[in-house]
Amino acid sequence: MSKINGAQSLVNALEAAGVEVMFGIPGGAILPAYDPIFDSKIRHILVRHEQGAGHAATGYAQATGKVGVCIATSGPGATNLVTPLADAQMDSVPIVAITGQVPGPAIGTDAFQEADIRGVTMPVTKHNYLITDPADIPRAIAEAFHIASTGRPGAVLVDIAKDALQKETTFNYPKNVSLAGYNPVMEPKSEAISDAAALISQSKKPVLYVGGGVIKANAAKELLALAELTGVPVVTTLMARGAFPDSHKQHLGMPGMHGTVAAVTALQKADLLITLGARFDDRVTGKLSSFAPNAKIIHADIDPAEIGKNRHADVAVVGDLKNILRALVPATKAALAKSAPDLTPWLNEVYGWRKKFPLGYDTPSDGSVSPQYVIERIGKISGPDTIFAAGVGQHQMWASQFIGYEKPRTWLNSGGLGTMGYAVPAAMGAKVGAPDTTVWAIDGDGCFQMTNQELVTCALNNIPIKVAVINNESLGMVRQWQTLFYNQRYSNTDLHSKRIPDFKMLAEAMGCVGLRCETPGDVDKTIEAAMAINDRPVVVDFNVHRDAMVWPMVAAGTSNDDITVARSMAPVWDSQEL
Amino acid sequence: MAIHTLAVLVENSPGVLARVASLFSRRGYNIDSLAVGPTENPKVSRMTIVLNLEGHALDQVSAQLFKLVNVIGISEMKDSDSLKREILLVKVVNTPATKEIVSKHKAVISDEAAGTISIEAVGQSSEIEALLKELRPHGIRELVQSGLVALERGDKTLADRTLSTMGTANESNPNSSTADYQN
Repeated sequence: MSKINGAQSLVNALEAAGVEVMFGIPGGAILPAYDPIFDSKIRHILVRHEQGAGHAATGYAQATGKVGVCIATSGPGATNLVTPLADAQMDSVPIVAITGQVPGPAIGTDAFQEADIRGVTMPVTKHNYLITDPADIPRAIAEAFHIASTGRPGAVLVDIAKDALQKETTFNYPKNVSLAGYNPVMEPKSEAISDAAALISQSKKPVLYVGGGVIKANAAKELLALAELTGVPVVTTLMARGAFPDSHKQHLGMPGMHGTVAAVTALQKADLLITLGARFDDRVTGKLSSFAPNAKIIHADIDPAEIGKNRHADVAVVGDLKNILRALVPATKAALAKSAPDLTPWLNEVYGWRKKFPLGYDTPSDGSVSPQYVIERIGKISGPDTIFAAGVGQHQMWASQFIGYEKPRTWLNSGGLGTMGYAVPAAMGAKVGAPDTTVWAIDGDGCFQMTNQELVTCALNNIPIKVAVINNESLGMVRQWQTLFYNQRYSNTDLHSKRIPDFKMLAEAMGCVGLRCETPGDVDKTIEAAMAINDRPVVVDFNVHRDAMVWPMVAAGTSNDDITVARSMAPVWDSQEL
Repeated sequence: MAIHTLAVLVENSPGVLARVASLFSRRGYNIDSLAVGPTENPKVSRMTIVLNLEGHALDQVSAQLFKLVNVIGISEMKDSDSLKREILLVKVVNTPATKEIVSKHKAVISDEAAGTISIEAVGQSSEIEALLKELRPHGIRELVQSGLVALERGDKTLADRTLSTMGTANESNPNSSTADYQN
């Protein structure tokens, strides 16, 4: 076998792993790899900040289902990847990060641009590697892609010493990856399936509690089959928006801190939660001890460590959700043939809540633009084939509430880590993965100022994303909490971003089209103008009312029973509902 | 408070101890003692971890540990069906009384100097405790103790159960009080 250097071996391994695109920035320690990258068929997109590379890999992975790849140099290049690695790991997104490391003999000497990135990222990755021998490169890459993409997906980092990239080696890509300590359970146990089916057939107040795992497992079709077979109402968490069509009559919307009254209340009053790829996150359960007090729990997940972590499972089903649902549908059908409780009273109740407490918002009396209206109109005009990527905060919640999602992988956001600045680079990655799809970043003026430099990357690389900056000139969600819980003392949340920066000029300076909308009457035509631009990225500065708040709300640490529809307004229940 | 002993087979790879320690630290699990060493298989190391579980289910701890890619198998070592031993080295004053305690407890004097004797003892935690309790009034000059190590009684080995079969985590009863994770 002919001798090549470690860098060429790395690039060969990435090609063998099926990588089509990677996002990165070169630097000293990774420099040897950039020489063969120059000749590779892999598209390398030169970003402006490593954090952008990481979130772009995540957006690419979330939109396509493939593994996203980012690459950076040692030290600061690598530490700039920590946030996107933690972000991807929290949201179970398959990404692989390649970092250069100082040469082997220099490791541990506090060398220039040295950071122990394997140590740093241990708690925020599914697994990681430090490679000092070029012979280990192909195996490490093969294992990294295998670990990132199988089981519960996650982030994997491969740190490679510079001298390992420079030394001679032979390329030998393993055909199969076999890891003694890693064999994710794919097939559910049949007893667990029959126990789950039996519980479903006995329950009078069931709810399908659907999490992001359904999207990861590509199991939306199977979920639809189970939902329609049983007639059980569905809630989709923030990570699962799009897993079940919003237009479907059984859909109650999103549960949790800013969920719909119907979704939150249905979970609270249910006698059975059919939990699919969800993890009883605090943003969903509110105060855990008072969450769904009367419900038995079926918990189906690929990660055994999620079972019983936050809430005891009466029936645990470990496996791939597609396999689980494929088995559960016929098992439930058989169980229902023996006994099928009448769900009508329950359905009347939950659909009654949905009708009585729909999502809504106020139109500002001063003639300014309502942020919810902007987001709702973008959703309507752009349609359900569009991919939406949101930042974190009020605009994220509104985008989850007021856009109708009909398909998986059309809603990308940072759910677990809550990473401000996620939207622009994630939208960039999504657009690279789905170039024929319209991609909107719904961003806040605070978030946008964290990562907007990637618009330069978009402008130079023909990645024409659209960015809606929902500009309320403040850190809106923090401001909302200050309004509600800190006596309207707006400490350090005023960004003045209607004055500085000028987002329209900033966009144009970065090679994008900049638009601005300041009145409700201009919203539609501004969106349509943005929709008509497909040769360049476009940024729309939507100047919106700054006092708009996200409702409904369950205050942090309180019970879901204490949901507030709007400020100081608890739902008014009929007496029999309480 | 519940004390549990876990035997954990791990791949003998760099950073594996850091991964386990990092996991326990970030999830707030308390380690009473940790002993790591080689096994009959040069590719595999064995950790014996004594845990003080307050507010954490043993199954959850095991499941989180089992998620580490380098962890091959986990088994709880129960008092009833395993051998548990600790090593004690202790330096005390050299007097007839301390020597008598040593022979009473079947410990060994491994070094004798003018003023002190260094005692070596191997035993169960309770035996080590008992020895120390008697020595303490005589003045302990220096003390070092190993973490506990444990081995299952009978013909079965942990490696038999974890390395030869492609089993699964015990998802059928995730809320059970026993943890036995295998690959």
